[in-house]
Amino acid sequence: MQAILALEDGKVFRGKGYGAKGECYGEVVFNTSITGYQEIFTDPSYAGQIVVLTNPEIGNYGTNPDDNEATRPYIEGLIVREFSRVSSNWRSQQVADEFLEGFKIPVLADIDTRALVRHLRDHGVMRGVISTLETDAQKLIAKARSIPKMDGTDLAKFVTTKHPYVWEVGERSHEPVAVVGVKDQPERFHVVAYDYGIKQNILRKLRGEGCKVTVVPAQTPAEDVLAMKPNGVFLSNGPGDPEPCTYAVDNIRRLMGRLPIFGICLGHQLTGIALGGKTFKLKFGHHGGNHPVKQLKNGKIEITAHNHNFAVDPDSLPMSEVELTHMDLNDNTLEGMRHKNLPLFSVQYHPEASPGPHDSHYLFKEFTKMMEEWKG
Amino acid sequence: MPKRTDISKILILGSGPIIIGQSAEFDYSGTQACKALKSEGFEVVLANSNPATIMTDPESADRTYIEPLTREYLEEIIRIERQMSPGAGFAILPTVGGQTALNLAIELADGGVLDKYNVQLIGANVTAIKKAEDRLVFKDAMQKIGLDVPKSSLVNNIKDGLEFAGKIGFPVIIRPSFTLGGSGGGIAYNREELMELLARGLDFSPVHEALIEESVLGWKEFELEVMRDMADNVIIICSIENFDPMGVHTGDSITVAPAQTLTDREYQAMRDAAIAVIREIGVETGGSNIQFGIHPQTGRMVVIEMNPRVSRSSALASKATGFPIAKIAAKLAVGYTLDEIRNDITRKTPACFEPTLDYVVVKIPKWQFEKFPGADENLGPQMKSVGEVMAIGRTFKEALMKGIRSLDTGKRIGGSKIEPKIMTQRLVTPHPERLAYVQYALRQGHTVKQLYKMTSIDPWFLYQLKEINDMQLELEKHPMESIPVDVLREVKRYGFSDGRLAGAWRLNGQEKVRHLRKKHGIKPVYKRVDTCAAEFESFTPYLYSTYEDEDEAAPTDKKKVIILGSGPNRIGQGIEFDYCCCHASFALRDDGYETIMINCNPETVSTDYDTSDRLYFEPLTLEDVLAICEHEGSTGAPVGVIVQFGGQTPLNLALPLKAAGVNIIGTSPESIDLAEDRKRFNRLLEELQIPQSPGVMAASLEEAIAGATKVGYPVLVRPSYVLGGRAMVIAYDEESVVRYMKEAVEYSHDRPILIDHFLEDAIEVDVDALSDGEDVVIGGIMQHIEEAGIHSGDSSCVLPAVDIPQKLMDQMRDYTFKLARALNVVGLMNIQFAIPRGNGNGGGDKVYVLEVNPRASRTVPYVSKATGVPMAKIAARLMTGRKLREFLPEFIERRADLDTGSFYYVKSPVFPWNKFPGVDTVLGPEMKSTGEVMGVADNFGEAFAKAQIAAGQKLPTKGTVFISVTDHDKPQVADVARKFADMGFHIVATAGTADLIERAGMTVERVYKVKEGRPNVVDLIKGERMQLVINTPHGLEPWFDEQAIRRAAVNARIPTITTLAAARAAAEGIAALQRGEVNVFALQKLHAERPTRVRR
Repeated sequence: MQAILALEDGKVFRGKGYGAKGECYGEVVFNTSITGYQEIFTDPSYAGQIVVLTNPEIGNYGTNPDDNEATRPYIEGLIVREFSRVSSNWRSQQVADEFLEGFKIPVLADIDTRALVRHLRDHGVMRGVISTLETDAQKLIAKARSIPKMDGTDLAKFVTTKHPYVWEVGERSHEPVAVVGVKDQPERFHVVAYDYGIKQNILRKLRGEGCKVTVVPAQTPAEDVLAMKPNGVFLSNGPGDPEPCTYAVDNIRRLMGRLPIFGICLGHQLTGIALGGKTFKLKFGHHGGNHPVKQLKNGKIEITAHNHNFAVDPDSLPMSEVELTHMDLNDNTLEGMRHKNLPLFSVQYHPEASPGPHDSHYLFKEFTKMMEEWKG
Repeated sequence: MPKRTDISKILILGSGPIIIGQSAEFDYSGTQACKALKSEGFEVVLANSNPATIMTDPESADRTYIEPLTREYLEEIIRIERQMSPGAGFAILPTVGGQTALNLAIELADGGVLDKYNVQLIGANVTAIKKAEDRLVFKDAMQKIGLDVPKSSLVNNIKDGLEFAGKIGFPVIIRPSFTLGGSGGGIAYNREELMELLARGLDFSPVHEALIEESVLGWKEFELEVMRDMADNVIIICSIENFDPMGVHTGDSITVAPAQTLTDREYQAMRDAAIAVIREIGVETGGSNIQFGIHPQTGRMVVIEMNPRVSRSSALASKATGFPIAKIAAKLAVGYTLDEIRNDITRKTPACFEPTLDYVVVKIPKWQFEKFPGADENLGPQMKSVGEVMAIGRTFKEALMKGIRSLDTGKRIGGSKIEPKIMTQRLVTPHPERLAYVQYALRQGHTVKQLYKMTSIDPWFLYQLKEINDMQLELEKHPMESIPVDVLREVKRYGFSDGRLAGAWRLNGQEKVRHLRKKHGIKPVYKRVDTCAAEFESFTPYLYSTYEDEDEAAPTDKKKVIILGSGPNRIGQGIEFDYCCCHASFALRDDGYETIMINCNPETVSTDYDTSDRLYFEPLTLEDVLAICEHEGSTGAPVGVIVQFGGQTPLNLALPLKAAGVNIIGTSPESIDLAEDRKRFNRLLEELQIPQSPGVMAASLEEAIAGATKVGYPVLVRPSYVLGGRAMVIAYDEESVVRYMKEAVEYSHDRPILIDHFLEDAIEVDVDALSDGEDVVIGGIMQHIEEAGIHSGDSSCVLPAVDIPQKLMDQMRDYTFKLARALNVVGLMNIQFAIPRGNGNGGGDKVYVLEVNPRASRTVPYVSKATGVPMAKIAARLMTGRKLREFLPEFIERRADLDTGSFYYVKSPVFPWNKFPGVDTVLGPEMKSTGEVMGVADNFGEAFAKAQIAAGQKLPTKGTVFISVTDHDKPQVADVARKFADMGFHIVATAGTADLIERAGMTVERVYKVKEGRPNVVDLIKGERMQLVINTPHGLEPWFDEQAIRRAAVNARIPTITTLAAARAAAEGIAALQRGEVNVFALQKLHAERPTRVRR
């Protein structure tokens, strides 16, 4: 099966099609993680995006039911250099190709992904179309130009849960392999998690740290959350531009100071806006599992998982209220902050990892500590 | 944290000679450490016994001690260095010199030397080293932090070993404590085997201890390269997955980076475990290598072992990722933290990150069992390979195929000799040929499932091999004339070489394939290794080829020189050639050329991304080299190519490259060819009136028999165009010649066999010289200590020559000058001479030419260290048209050789016998040594003794010497015996030799030969009654007695001397040792006392 990627700037890549037959549209971004493609497929933050993986060998270990970050894949399409026709791993239950086909996701393989990545690096992320049907590149380029832009689009409201639910699986009881230092604690706290596109490993981490978690839709009013009398509120990751999510910003403002709040990724950006700051779009974002982030208070470095196109502009934040806590050492992007007086902190990157290194798991402990202190 | 200011002087410990398990990777790491610490302003002192290294170049450190790596000599170095700077903060960095350096550090610490001179260890402390190295302590530490390990028990006797094995069930692994590269280890499947292996293992262990371990054979094997800084930041540089499952030493496994078959959950669990391990063991700064096993069906993960130092795998990881582990480790050792160090490749981002790869790297080991007939070729926990290649491709398939052709086996690709009868055996039991047999089995229709059952190689890898096989079948469906373009492109994208395509189409040569490719525009592009998968811009042209769209090579229009490296390390073509290649690059870069290195050996300095301006990590084949030459020349830039520095591999490419229009600089390929072409070369010698031993060429059995008779027995028989005396033998009769021609080698009219009369009882001499075609300067006239007939690489030699008459020295100079001009040598040349002693039919005052090699030789680094003149650098400059008069005018005026001052420099070889139990240790014309050491002193005896000590042969100062010589040597045996008797040695001899010694008036104890009765000589050796064995063998086929003696001596680690010449040298050396002096000399001081200056 032949497949084509056409970008809005007219660049075209032709390769082989895998996964589903058809067409997909989205912003084309690249991710530099070596492992964890299944987690990437199923991360709701990728809604609206076609993902290029820089690791050229994808699909080797197949897919399994334990490594999903949501109930289905959210990427619009996948681009790889080499897509494995077989899978080999003791946990594998399905070949990656069949898994994506089952969810109607097209895959473009066998192209010079490094050339594509360099193109995106130099020219910034852009809209694109993958098609296994259309062979006329010009038509596809025109289509790419007609896709709505990511900037200014609220995608969280599309991917959020329709109904509240309680999450009950801790990380350790879920882990197929023992991980140093990971144990599930008995429930001590109740946390309400806003789902802007939440990854399940955040829920597993929270549960593992002793939190009963109630997941609520993105637009749940602050008052409803407070009525549940939680010990803390969690603001999740999610896709799209934070700016149009005014409902979320309003809710965060109403919750600030009323109880401990912890935000990740989109949750962090929304917090930044709630604090009076501004967000901006990065040229090609941070997507990968090897970013060095420095804890500004002690100089310690964490190797972290990133997946964000937008970032909070530190100069826009009120320094009287906000302390910058984390910085990306590659490009000095703001990666974390905390409120100087209120129980509120957030990080731009992904301490829940999955995929990615576990160096930042301590943040979940900090959240429970904050709730402990608030309680006491 | 900034740089430590409490230290100002750092002693770096090297790893000594190249041996199996400790190769050029430690020259790479040591050189990086020297550079890094020097640039930080530390006073760097280096100790290493290996003169063939870049790290022992006088510029690498402030003071370089080429001295034996033993406690005594190191203590003396430390004493002197402490005396020179009494108040200075003085530290030792033991983590870049392999196991040798770590063991030394422990010895120095335990022996109180560090405390005595107030020296501290940096990089790793004694507690951490011991915790990582002692298997039992390590195991306890792992269990303490909640990590799983294979069940095991430490034993120091056979009985306990058997008992424990009974408990956990066979097979079990035996791992002796504190040995290198798994020496003395093994797998036992039953009680009998366990008894044998355990006895040997206990013997090998310096602490007489071995671990008996639960077998994890067939489990998946992984390695992580970890770095930690003083602030406890920990990063993983690279994950490596072994293609060969557990059971094969990782040095003998095909390995792949990054890991291919782990999900993120499994990988991160391993990463967390690795971080916990480095913290628990307490490696404060630097790199470590941690190995894991994973059960393929259950996922149970066990920690196998940890190296608390830079290792072979870290060199591989550095090359695989572009992250310079040793350099960063050195900086971390002096206090920097990872975020304070910049990533050289991206320039903007810090070194504190984890490299990500957008390509696949495959490493394939290189074995040389053909050199060791009788050795057990099965692979197990003890490393047996002598070198390795690395290949980079965009897919595993492409990288693997590039790796296979990088091996330079001389075989037609895909043309391995397969014996269908032993297919099952080759698949089930790991063996160097296993990959070839897997390919064969696939071709025979075996399924991945069947093969997995037999090999335990992960099905994903096997499936990739199946896809390669399917592609091969597809290729064979199409004749060359009608192959569809997209099939051709796909085949190339799979990594198939032009040679393989030519093979499928039964073409002679690959030229037609190249033209076909070009016609369809199918050409490789070059991608960069950039640590970050293109997320950031790369400023380092570290390149590999692939068949894709975008080219990132960006060749410049500067004048440039391409240097062809030497490929995988092997016996006869080792680190010495890498040294020459690096020097060429350094010199020409200084002269304003853009220097470009092509090589595929990850262990070397030449494949460091900052050795040359540009690095192509590519196979050294005609196809790959030519593509680079064309690409670099595509800008119109003038391109010169150097082929004479990398040994035989690039030399073999010289003529075809030239034929394809490449500009080879230096001595012309035709001259190189002339020196190899026996007929034309004979004619040249006749014209020049230079004597040589009579010789003929033979391309058939009949010609060989007739030729041998004509030149007269004994004869030296060898193939043309080989290095390291591959398949070279001395034949004493027709029967041996017949056997050789029938079995030993392939030959043809293009590549005939050379048959020379062998000059027995002669002194052999090596001469290295520089020439610009007009002027010639001799670098050194090296007198061999072993007699002619032993390969020059296996012979100890001394500079300056000790007892060659002036007249003969002048004759050799004269011949060298004549030959250099006649061959129009531009660059380096090496000539081997023989001087018959005169008691035979040779004459006595005549010099014969044995061989002329108009190229860099193995001795160039040694001569350069002895003379202080960087010969390879000058040679490279001569190749670009500069003249010898610019550099060495006074030597030309005076017709003088380069100067060695008032000192003697002895080079001695190091052999891998302990890795190949059962192999005969006799020396001959085929080279067997893996490395070399140098001993320096102001007298010959001491220099020889130091070289022997450095080579691990500790000459005794008292005790018993056993002497048994061949009839041929009997006339001189009494003289030699006298020397030992005078020094107080008790002499033991077999009947014939004893008669002569007694007749000369000495006391001698008689001993039975092996077949005569008991107790015989072997019993005495085993009973540790002997301290030295002098045993000169007779003829081609050593008889049983001698083999048994030498094997017993090697096992008992008793120095064995196989020529009378070496026995005389040993006597002088022992006399020096008896004086009890321990003298060390810094190279820089030795060079400074030379009167004549060398110009740049």
